[in-house]
Amino acid sequence: MSQRSRSVALIATTALAAAGLAACSTPEPSPGVTEDTVTVGTHTPLTGPAAAGYSSISAATKAYFDYVNDNGGINGRNIEYIVKDDGYNPATTSTVVRELVQEDEVFAVINGLGTPTHSAVVDYLNENDVPDLFVASGSPKWDQPDTFPNTFAYNANYIVEAKALATYAQETWPDKTFCVLGQDDDFGTDFTTGLVQVLGADGLASTQTYSVSVQDVVAQVGAMQAAGCEVNFLATVNGFTALALGTAAKMKYGAQWVSSSSGGDYPTLVGYLGEDVAPLLLQGFVSSNYLPFSPDDAWVALFQEINDEYNDGAPFSGNKIYGMSVGYLFAQALAKAGDDPTRESLLDALEVGALTGNGIVPLGFSTDSHAAFEGVGITVVDEGVQDYVDGEIYTTDAGNGPVEPYTGEAVALEGDGIPTA
Amino acid sequence: MTGRQRLPGQRPLLRTLLVAAGWTVVALGGTFALDPFRNYQLALVAAYLCATAGLTVLVGATGQLSLGHAALMAVGGYGFALTRNALPFDGLPAFVVALLAGALASAVVGLLLGLAAARLSGPYLAGLTLAVVIALPAVASTWSTVLHGDQGVHIAFEGVPDALRRVVALEQWQAMVAVVVTSAVVTGLTVLRGGRFGLRMLAVRDDEVAARLSGIPAGRVKVLAFTASSVAAGVGGAVLCFVAQTVSPGAYTVGFSLLLVVAVVVGGLGSILGAALGSVVIVLLPWLIGRLTANLPADAAQRLDGNLAVLVFGLLLITVMAVAPHGLHGALVARRRRRPSPDVPRPTAEPAPRKVLVPTEEQR
Repeated sequence: MSQRSRSVALIATTALAAAGLAACSTPEPSPGVTEDTVTVGTHTPLTGPAAAGYSSISAATKAYFDYVNDNGGINGRNIEYIVKDDGYNPATTSTVVRELVQEDEVFAVINGLGTPTHSAVVDYLNENDVPDLFVASGSPKWDQPDTFPNTFAYNANYIVEAKALATYAQETWPDKTFCVLGQDDDFGTDFTTGLVQVLGADGLASTQTYSVSVQDVVAQVGAMQAAGCEVNFLATVNGFTALALGTAAKMKYGAQWVSSSSGGDYPTLVGYLGEDVAPLLLQGFVSSNYLPFSPDDAWVALFQEINDEYNDGAPFSGNKIYGMSVGYLFAQALAKAGDDPTRESLLDALEVGALTGNGIVPLGFSTDSHAAFEGVGITVVDEGVQDYVDGEIYTTDAGNGPVEPYTGEAVALEGDGIPTA
Repeated sequence: MTGRQRLPGQRPLLRTLLVAAGWTVVALGGTFALDPFRNYQLALVAAYLCATAGLTVLVGATGQLSLGHAALMAVGGYGFALTRNALPFDGLPAFVVALLAGALASAVVGLLLGLAAARLSGPYLAGLTLAVVIALPAVASTWSTVLHGDQGVHIAFEGVPDALRRVVALEQWQAMVAVVVTSAVVTGLTVLRGGRFGLRMLAVRDDEVAARLSGIPAGRVKVLAFTASSVAAGVGGAVLCFVAQTVSPGAYTVGFSLLLVVAVVVGGLGSILGAALGSVVIVLLPWLIGRLTANLPADAAQRLDGNLAVLVFGLLLITVMAVAPHGLHGALVARRRRRPSPDVPRPTAEPAPRKVLVPTEEQR
């Protein structure tokens, strides 16, 4: 037993010595920023069930940063982007984000993906004063400047999106029966809240929910068919949008589908449904978006070029546009944060409203609002092409404010898509 | 074997408590030497240790193999989170009450499982416990109004108490809490195994019929052992929830449940020090692999991310079993016995004063 305690002491001493050495690396005054680099990181699912729909986003953001770096960087600094896989598991998110902040000493965390996952780290990031920018989720939770001063949203809020889609649906199909299929979490609940705001408490004939872990929606779609639903709203992720449409087709149930932007990306849906039947199943499919999207848009053309050159020509989809748009917005924030950016100056640049982004509606960032897009445009699929419906852009808030048509211009592409101060 | 003789690995209560107190003080002192991320990892190791210690006692001392300890951790985590959110007050009292609630929840589920488990053995028991882990996401989504489905339950963030705010960082505080709770759990398990109940567990494991003939209620011993092990796992889950502020089915997958078994086997079946070593391995290995693959090209790193760790764990398990069948702890013990007397021709032939509670050939 004495030998045993000796070796225990040895282990303890070694551990303490190792820890002591590790503790010696004192952090720099402004973490993640050097003379010629700025290091930022993200958490995103690269493995696991959610990876298929979203793993291409971080690759696109990285491709955009590579493009910026090859053209001189922002204020002379290259942007280094560290992507950590969390497998869409909140416990892993906690670990990898602490790794980003404490080991990699990132300047900011950008575009952390997912409501359940990011919820696990939002307190931690704010407690440690780490800028938590452009969260890849439409939960209203990220727009709470008083509770989470360091957190800024990116996606259009689910409530805003639902209000806009419901308004469009009401105007287009005034006499039809409306129903909703939603995910059994904040996504589905918030989206349904937005629908009820516009359609009224008795506006939905049937409200169905599904769980991501159960890959079957026959019961839900059957219930909607039985309730006589004609226009079905979807608060679903891409995989379940495809599943719902496919299930309905098998049941010979024809309906108009209206999906949240989170589950309405045409190229991704084609990936799930197959090239042959997708254009038929998705004919007339309505969704929303807030980013440049039309095939003839200047932004889209630029992003396509960047995708070919820096992302090995990976299949171009809405996820690529999304990832690069996030990259552009961060680059713009960094450009406005001054020659020697600090975490404070970065947050200030966001709050004074100096950013334009590249969306079809203006950004809403201010001291009172950390919501990015307070409006969306309506898209429709026609003969295999998803595009905006002319003039159908709505702005509104996450409360009970009115839904108003937006007539302003989309943000135009300037220069080579590399922001300057 | 005479009645006065102690079984290998058994020692007086006072000594166990002193050793436990010593270790706890060392670990608490150690948190001051660690940087925040290391402290966070220490907290994870402590939380996992609760579960692996419970598992190693269960498998090592009663021979009941549970593949479902992740689900029992989840039960503890949910019990903790739901109680914590329901309590009207904050701070230490809320933590203690919620922790006890988590332990109670896992005790109830463990008792029910244990009642079934006592009637099963070998692959049937493994199958039953595995089914519980697989059912977890469905349970969470079926009662999604309370358990919030895949999203899980969040608890309010609670920082370092004001009195300690200037002295310790957040991660250090979490590590300290985790260390204290874990040492209580591990001490409890050690005392349980070292006493009369420990003897009964061994008797039931080695020969259930003989144990019954000696008047030991074998079924009750098995059920109690399973329940005690469940409570340990549940407290581990509660600690994990305290550290991560969230509990969700995604954190307690079949893969994680098997990883707990890997930790116990790699560390050395039946050994609590082995369980500790195993917990360190399952926390540090994925992180080390992440560090090593960080410099690879983005494409290759993306492919390897998350997948490589599984492969390495498999290889590690095979290697350890081939080189050191009694796990890391067994290897340490064997090396120590060899070192002081290198002249002894066949050290393995000595009667082993070992703590690894695997039946020897004679016992079989």
